[in-house]
Amino acid sequence: MDISLKNVEYRYQNNTPFERLAISDVSINIESGQYLAIIGHTGSGKSTVLQHLNALLKPTKGTVWIGNREIRAGRKEKNLKEVRQKVGIVFQFPEHQLFEETVEKDICFGPQNFGVSEEEAKRRAKEAIKQVGLHEEILSKSPFDLSGGQMRRVAIAGVLAMEPECIVLDEPTAGLDPRGRKEIMDLFYRLHRENHVATVLVTHSMEDAARYADEIVIMHKGRVQKKGTPYEIFSVPEDLLELGLDVPEVVRFQLKLEKAFNVKFGKICLTAEELTDAVADYLRGGTPK
Amino acid sequence: MGKPLVVLDNVSYQYDSQEDFALKNVSMKVYEGEWLAIVGHNGSGKSTLAKLLNGLQFPTEGSISINGITLSEDTVWDVRRQVGMVFQNPDNQFVGTTVQDDVAFGLENNGVPAKVMGERVVDALSRVNMESFLDQEPHHLSGGQKQRVAIAGVLALRPSIIILDEATSMLDPRGREEVIETIMKLQQEESITVISITHDLEEAARANRILVLNKGEIYREGTPEEIFQMDEELVRLGLDIPFPVKMSKQLSEKGVVLSKYYLTEEELVAELWTSHSKM
Repeated sequence: MDISLKNVEYRYQNNTPFERLAISDVSINIESGQYLAIIGHTGSGKSTVLQHLNALLKPTKGTVWIGNREIRAGRKEKNLKEVRQKVGIVFQFPEHQLFEETVEKDICFGPQNFGVSEEEAKRRAKEAIKQVGLHEEILSKSPFDLSGGQMRRVAIAGVLAMEPECIVLDEPTAGLDPRGRKEIMDLFYRLHRENHVATVLVTHSMEDAARYADEIVIMHKGRVQKKGTPYEIFSVPEDLLELGLDVPEVVRFQLKLEKAFNVKFGKICLTAEELTDAVADYLRGGTPK
Repeated sequence: MGKPLVVLDNVSYQYDSQEDFALKNVSMKVYEGEWLAIVGHNGSGKSTLAKLLNGLQFPTEGSISINGITLSEDTVWDVRRQVGMVFQNPDNQFVGTTVQDDVAFGLENNGVPAKVMGERVVDALSRVNMESFLDQEPHHLSGGQKQRVAIAGVLALRPSIIILDEATSMLDPRGREEVIETIMKLQQEESITVISITHDLEEAARANRILVLNKGEIYREGTPEEIFQMDEELVRLGLDIPFPVKMSKQLSEKGVVLSKYYLTEEELVAELWTSHSKM
C-alpha cells in the first residue's frame, strides 16, 4: 500500500482569527515496503504531516492518498476506520495511552474495535507481546504495574496487533535507555525487512535516520526542504547545519578530522566502521578513497 | 573536594506492590559544588533515588542526611528548601500563566514578601538567560526554554542542591544543549551542587563524577574518564559508550596507535593530528 501527499496544506483553526499555517505544499510519497525518516526542528511541521498519514487531520488544500482511498481538502470524509487500521501510529510516549485492566485487554482493544473476533484478537496479542520482547505471562498483569520500558513495549504491541501495512513512529525511543532504544529500533527494522511493513520514522536522531531509513525528508518551516537517501542528505552537511540541524556524530567527527588534516576522504561515512577504515587507510599513507 | 552535602547510609527502598527492592544498600556521598551524574538502565533505581533525596518517598531501610539534617517526615520541609528538583516533562511542571508567574509560584508558597519576590524572579531568570521572556506564555516557549524556566523556579528558592531527573530526555538536541550549558554555567560559576540523573552519555561525560546504578545497587563510581573505560561492560549494563571512545577503540583495533581512549572528539582529533600527520 502506498501513501502519497500531493501539495498538502494544513491550517490549524482554519477560518478563525487563530488560524495558523502549519504545513504548505508538502508532497511526499511512501511506497509499500519503504523506510522513510522525517527530520526537522520542533515546529517544522513533522507532527502535522504525520497526522495526515492516517487521516487524523485532513488537508485544508491538496490531496492525500492512503492506498486507494483519496482524502481531499474540502470534502466530508466518512468511514475512515479501514484507513486507520492499515496505518498504525505509535505516538510519542505511547504508554500514556494505556488504560485497560490487563495488558491483554489493552492490546486486544484496537483489533476488536476494527471488528476482529475476541479469539483472534487474543491470538494476535500473544504474538505481538512476543514480538516486542516480553513474556506471555505479562498479558494477565495490569499495565500500570509495569516498568516504563515495559509499558512502552505493551503500547507498541497494541499497534502491532492491528497488523497495519504501514507503521508511523513519532520519536518511539524518547526516554528509553540505550539498550531499550536499540531493541525497539531493531524490532521495527526487523518488521520492516521481514514483513515488508512500510515504516515512517519521525525523529531528532540523525544516527537513527542514517542507520535505518532508505529515504530522508527534511521539513523546515512547514515545507519539504530536501529529500534524498541518507548518503545524499548527509553528503552536504552544510545544508543541515545551516538549518540548525545536526549531522550524525560520525559525520561530524569526519568533518573535524578532514579539517584538521586538511584533506577530504572522498565520501561521507555513515557508520563508525566505515570511518575507521577510511582513517586507517589514510594514516597508512594510502590516498583517500 | 568540598564537604559532603548529601550522605546516604545503607539505603534500601521497596515499593509496596513489588517483591524486589528498587534500591539495595546504597551508600554514597555528594560533595558541595560538584556535579554528579547518576546513570543506569531503565528500572535501575535512578528515579527512586531522586525521589528519596527530596523526601517524596522515605527509605525502607537506612538513612539520608542532607546538609546535616537527617531526612524524616518531620524535617522534610526543611530539606526540600535545600533541594530543588527539575523533572522530565517540561509541560507538566509549568504552573504559571507567564514565565515570571511560574518562577514566582514557589516563592509565593514559601511566603517571600512581594518586594523581594520581584527581584528574585528577575535574578533567577537572568541566571538561565530567560530574563527577556518575563511575560511570555508557556506555549510560546520551546521545550528547552521551559526547562530553563523550571530551573529558574528552583534557583529562586536558593537551594544548595539541584536534582535533574532526566530533565533533558524529552528535549530536541538543541534544547538539550541549552539546558546542559545552563547547568554547567551554574555549577562552574556559582558552585551550585548538581545531581543529574540521565541516560544521555554526552551529558554524563561533562559531570565531575559518575555513579553507575545497576538493578538497584551501586555498580561503579568514578570520573567520566574512568567510567567510560569500562567499555563493553557498559553495554552489558544497558548503557552505551560515547562516540569518541568507540572511535578510539576501533581505530586502535585497526592498528592506529593511540595513547588512550578519548572522551571528546577534539582530543582524539588532536592526538591523531600530532602523532600521525607527519608520516
